[in-house]
Amino acid sequence: MGLIVQDKQFVIPGDELATGIDYLPANGAYREDDKIYAAQLGLVNISGRLIRVVNLSGRYIPKAGDNVIGKITNIGFNGWMVDIGYAYEAALSLKEATSDFIERGSDLTKYFDFGEVIVAKIVNVTRSKMIDLSMKGPGLRKLKGGKIIEVSSSKVPRVIGKQGSMISLIKEATGCQITVGQNGKVWMLGSDFNKEMLAAAAILKIEQEAHTSGLTEKIDVFLRGSIK
Amino acid sequence: MITYTKRFDSRKFDETRPMEAKVGVIKRADGSAMFKIGKTVAIAAVYGPKALHPTYMRNPEKGILRCNYNMMAFSGTGERIRPGPGRRSREISLVTEKALASVLDLSEFPNTVIDVFIELIQTDSGTRCAGITAAIMALADAGLIMKDMIASVSVGVVGGKVLADLNKEEEDFENGAVDIPIAITHKDNKITLLQLDGLIKKEQLYEALELAKGSCAKIHELQRKALMEKFTQNGI
Repeated sequence: MGLIVQDKQFVIPGDELATGIDYLPANGAYREDDKIYAAQLGLVNISGRLIRVVNLSGRYIPKAGDNVIGKITNIGFNGWMVDIGYAYEAALSLKEATSDFIERGSDLTKYFDFGEVIVAKIVNVTRSKMIDLSMKGPGLRKLKGGKIIEVSSSKVPRVIGKQGSMISLIKEATGCQITVGQNGKVWMLGSDFNKEMLAAAAILKIEQEAHTSGLTEKIDVFLRGSIK
Repeated sequence: MITYTKRFDSRKFDETRPMEAKVGVIKRADGSAMFKIGKTVAIAAVYGPKALHPTYMRNPEKGILRCNYNMMAFSGTGERIRPGPGRRSREISLVTEKALASVLDLSEFPNTVIDVFIELIQTDSGTRCAGITAAIMALADAGLIMKDMIASVSVGVVGGKVLADLNKEEEDFENGAVDIPIAITHKDNKITLLQLDGLIKKEQLYEALELAKGSCAKIHELQRKALMEKFTQNGI
């Protein structure tokens, strides 16, 4: 009875995690009879009575409350369609985009034009994965200039670090403005091209070595070495 | 009738050909894997969830799985099966899809498709089994929700003997061989694919199924090792 795996243990689908009714399956786990099994490849996370499997790979799955970076792909009568890296585009309605009064039939491209990039918040995801975005909130804006790179969305927590420690380390060392979307898109703008490239290199290094420990120190050393 | 006492490649009757597995062989895919058994080499790549076209195929309740099995143009010796698209590969794509779909839960991705491409770069025998074994690793690598892993192997009867993992020579045995590709889930030993070519006695079929279970358990261990190697430091 009880736990069969340890916290942070690597499991593959079908692995037994626990027996009995002392534990409850959360994301990435399921119950069958009196046993709990992994439903996903990943690392076990035990918090209290909950057992979950944290995924290590896979595409971005939109979730309400996430801040994402997306590109305007279409403009309709009452809003915009935004590519946020999921199978289907997300909708940004006029009401959620701006508090300006917009006359009926006016040109919406002066707010957001095709190909422009925005940081937006996902306010709602329906069961059939229709996604509503909003521009109302701190830090939500149109992104001008700079460069965008993509990392796996499962590595985003690592890129940000604990309480943003990793990302502020890179910001300080390179002097770049950096915005990380939960969908794995990272935008950066620096005073010159080389600084942007250095920030990008550091972020890609984090993605590659995401599973190793002591990563913040490694990145610190990497940035110091590169700046000289 | 010629009895079959010693296998052409001097394997034991319940022994599979040497196997090798690797995960993450295709960088730009969402999940990928290679599985090699004897001279048969399968590579599987998973892409998705992504937008599904044609739109009439969309299911608003869950995503769909779409498999494509293909023997590459240069893959075989060319004497029996003509590689490339055709009736045979279409059918194998379909049975592969059914074998894999039974463990996958795609309810999180309505209206989308998960594409699985299985390419055989070298073929001897047991290609559909190698394809399924590689594909399930690729699907796990892609972080998809599934209740179990699947391993697949072909078993059969050659010269009255029940044996595991027939090679090409055995498949073409002069007095006729029975070839049974099987896919089995790991956790509860459920069969998700079973095809049979030839005539077989009931007792021998049961014996063959038992043999398949044992071989699939070994394949599963290899799958776990391969997945672990990609995701953990030094495979710990």
